[in-house]
Amino acid sequence: MSVHIKLFGLIIAGIILLASTSAPDAAVKQKLSEYGFFSGDPKALQPADQVFAYEVNAPLFSDYAEKARFIYLPAGTKMTYRENGAFDFPDGTAIIKNFYYFTDAAHPDQGRRIIETRLLLKEPKGWKALAYIWNAEQTDALLEVAGATMPVSWNMASGKKQDLQYVVPNLNQCKGCHSYDGQFTPIGVSAKQLNMSLPEQENQLLALQKLGRLDLPASFDPLSAGHLTDYRKRENNLEQSARSYLDANCAHCHNPHGPASTSGMFLEVQEINPERLGIGKPPVAAGRGSGNLKYGIVPGKPSESILLYRMEHTDPGIRMPELGRQMVHEEGVALIKSWIKNM
Amino acid sequence: MKHLSFLLLFLFSANNVLRAQADLEKQIQTQMILAEDGDVITLPAGKIELNSTLSLDGKNNITIRGSEQEKTILSFKKQTQGAEGMKITNGQNIVLEHFTIEDSKGDLIKTQTVNGLQFRDITARWTGEPQASNGSYALYPVQCRNVLIERCTAIGASDAGIYVGQSDSVWVTQCVAKNNVAGIEIENTTNAWVWKNKSFDNTGGILVFDLPDLLKKEGGHVKVYDNLIEHNNYKNFAPKGNIVGKVPPGTGVMILATNDVEVYRNNITDNKTASTAIVSYFISENPIKDTVYNPYPSRIYIHDNTYSEGKRMPDRKNKLGFIFWWKFGKKVPHILYDGIENPEWKDANGQIKPGYRICIGDNKNGTFANIRADKLGLFKGKISKDKTPYECAY
Repeated sequence: MSVHIKLFGLIIAGIILLASTSAPDAAVKQKLSEYGFFSGDPKALQPADQVFAYEVNAPLFSDYAEKARFIYLPAGTKMTYRENGAFDFPDGTAIIKNFYYFTDAAHPDQGRRIIETRLLLKEPKGWKALAYIWNAEQTDALLEVAGATMPVSWNMASGKKQDLQYVVPNLNQCKGCHSYDGQFTPIGVSAKQLNMSLPEQENQLLALQKLGRLDLPASFDPLSAGHLTDYRKRENNLEQSARSYLDANCAHCHNPHGPASTSGMFLEVQEINPERLGIGKPPVAAGRGSGNLKYGIVPGKPSESILLYRMEHTDPGIRMPELGRQMVHEEGVALIKSWIKNM
Repeated sequence: MKHLSFLLLFLFSANNVLRAQADLEKQIQTQMILAEDGDVITLPAGKIELNSTLSLDGKNNITIRGSEQEKTILSFKKQTQGAEGMKITNGQNIVLEHFTIEDSKGDLIKTQTVNGLQFRDITARWTGEPQASNGSYALYPVQCRNVLIERCTAIGASDAGIYVGQSDSVWVTQCVAKNNVAGIEIENTTNAWVWKNKSFDNTGGILVFDLPDLLKKEGGHVKVYDNLIEHNNYKNFAPKGNIVGKVPPGTGVMILATNDVEVYRNNITDNKTASTAIVSYFISENPIKDTVYNPYPSRIYIHDNTYSEGKRMPDRKNKLGFIFWWKFGKKVPHILYDGIENPEWKDANGQIKPGYRICIGDNKNGTFANIRADKLGLFKGKISKDKTPYECAY
C-alpha cells in the first residue's frame, strides 16, 4: 500500500509543481484567443487587424498535417528583408502556424480539425516558442509547455484511413530545430521560402511591401533573388525540387550553425561542396542510423544512401528528421530516391 | 467479495501507476523547461519509465540529481519520441549526477555546446545482450568545453560508451566502460585527460581519433594514463559504416591520426589483437575528400605501460586483425605502428622532424612492430621490429 501512497504523493507534488512554476509571463497568454489574432469564429482562422497570411515555396513535412501560416506585426511596424536566413522582425511580432487535418484530404470541403497552433513571439531578449492545443469543440486552444500526444485520424488523399498519435512538441523540442549558433530563430519566413508568385497575383514579397509590412531593398528583383522550388509539383525540375526538399526538411539543423553541425553534412540549397552534401561521405555519429551503409549519398544508388535510409524509417533511433516526423513522407522519399538515382 | 475488491484495487493501481509515470515524466520535463539559474532538479528514487527525450536548453547553473546512482533509474525502453534519453544544449555549468539512465533508442545522454559540464556517478547502459540496435553513445558530450566525467559507468553502446567529440578541456576519470564497441573514445577533441578508468570487455578499450569532414578539424594534446585496459576482445557489434565498425576485437588503445598523444602507466592486459595501435586514417580505407584534414598521427609517446604476455591471437574476422594474423601469427606484438608517414614532415635525410616523431619509451613486456603499410599496402609491407627509429621522448 505504501507504494500507492508514495505515487499518490508524487502526483500531488507534480500538480503543485505545475501550478507553482507556471507563473504567468506578461506576454504569454494561457488561451490562444486572448491574443486576438483571429476575428469571428476562431476555427475559421480569419486574420484580425495587423495579421496577414503568407505561403511558403517548400513546406516542411509534418506527418501530412496541413498548415495555415500568419504573421502579426505591431501596428506601424515592418519586417526587414534579408537575402539569407529569416527576415528581421520588430519586437512584438508573432509568427503563427496552425496545424490541422482535413477529415478527408481528397474532399477538403468536408471540414477539418485544428490540432495545435504554434507561436513564435519576438521579445526584446529574443524569440519565445509556445504551443497551444485546440479543444475538441474548436472554440479555443490552451497553452501546453511540456508537449502532448493527440490521437488523430483522417482520410489521406489516396483514400486510405490513417491513424496517428500526433505529437505536440515541448518548448525545448521547438528549439531542437529553431536554432542558429544556439540562439532561437525563425526558419520559414525567409526570402527563399516567400519569394513566390501567388495564384493570379503578383509576387508575395512585393505584395507584402505594398501592404507596408515588409522593408524590401530598392534593388530587389524577384526573378534574380533566390527561391526554393515547390517540390510537390511534378513538372518542376528534379534537381531543384530535391534540393529544395532537403533545404526545407533538413537544413534547419544540417547547416554549419545548426544543431546538426556536428555531423559535417550540410543540406542548404546553396551548398555546392559534394562532400558536405553527403556524397561519398562516411557517417560521423549516425550509429544504427547508418543502416549498415557506408555513405550519406551514393550517386545512382538510392538503396546504398544513408540519407534515404533514414527518411524511409520511423524508428526514433534511425529516422530523420528526429522530431516532427512519425510517418514516412512517401512523396518526399520518392523524390529523393529519383534524385539520387539520376545523379 | 474479498477477491473482487482485491482485483479492483489491482486494476485501479495499475492504471494509477501508468498515469503517475506519465505525470512524472511531464513534471520532470516541465521543471527542465522552467528551470531558473541555480535550480536543482531532483529525480526521485525508483524506476521511471519515459516515452520521450528529456531536454534542457539554454540554461545556466542547473543540477539534475537522482537519489543514488543505482536507485533512480530513467528507463527509455518504451521510448517513442526523440532519439536521446537526455539532451542538454546551449548551457553553462550543468551538473548531472547520481542516477542510472538506460535503453534509449539513440544516445543516452547527449550534451551539445555546453561550457562547464559534470557527469558524476551516472550509469548509462543498454540492458540485455549488447547488440547493433543499441544506441550509439552512452555519454556523449559534443562541441562542449570544460567537461568532467567521473565515476560513471557506460555499458552496451553500439559505438562508444563514453564518447567525447569535437570538445575542448575534458577530464575522464574513475569511470567504468564495458561491453561497448569502444569503451572510451576521444574524437577531434583537444586537451583531454583520461586517467584511472577501467575499460574492459569492449571491442576496443580506449580510442583517440581524429576524423575528417568535421567542423572541429584537429584534436590533440591527449593524455591516457593509469588506466586498466583489459580483455577488450568483445565482438564488434557496431552497425557498418561507422568508423568504430573497423576496430578489430582485441584492441587495447588505438590512436588514429591524432597529434600529441601520451599513453603511459596503463595496465594493458589480454587484448588479443592490438594492445596499442598507432595508425593513420588510411588504415580505414575510407576515401579522404577533406582537403584540410591531416590523416597522420604525430607526436605520440607510449611509455611505462605494462603489457601482459597473455593470449595474442588476432581476430581474423576483422580485416586489420586478419592482416596482423597474416603477418605475425599467434604472437602479435603489443605496440603496432602502421608506418604511414607524412612526406611533408621529413627532413633532408628522410627522417621525421623531431616534433612529429612517434616515440616508444620503455614499456613492461612491450614488444613493437612497424607493419610498413606505407610501402606495399597493408598486406605486402615487410614488417620491421626495429625500435631504434622510435627511441625518443617528449
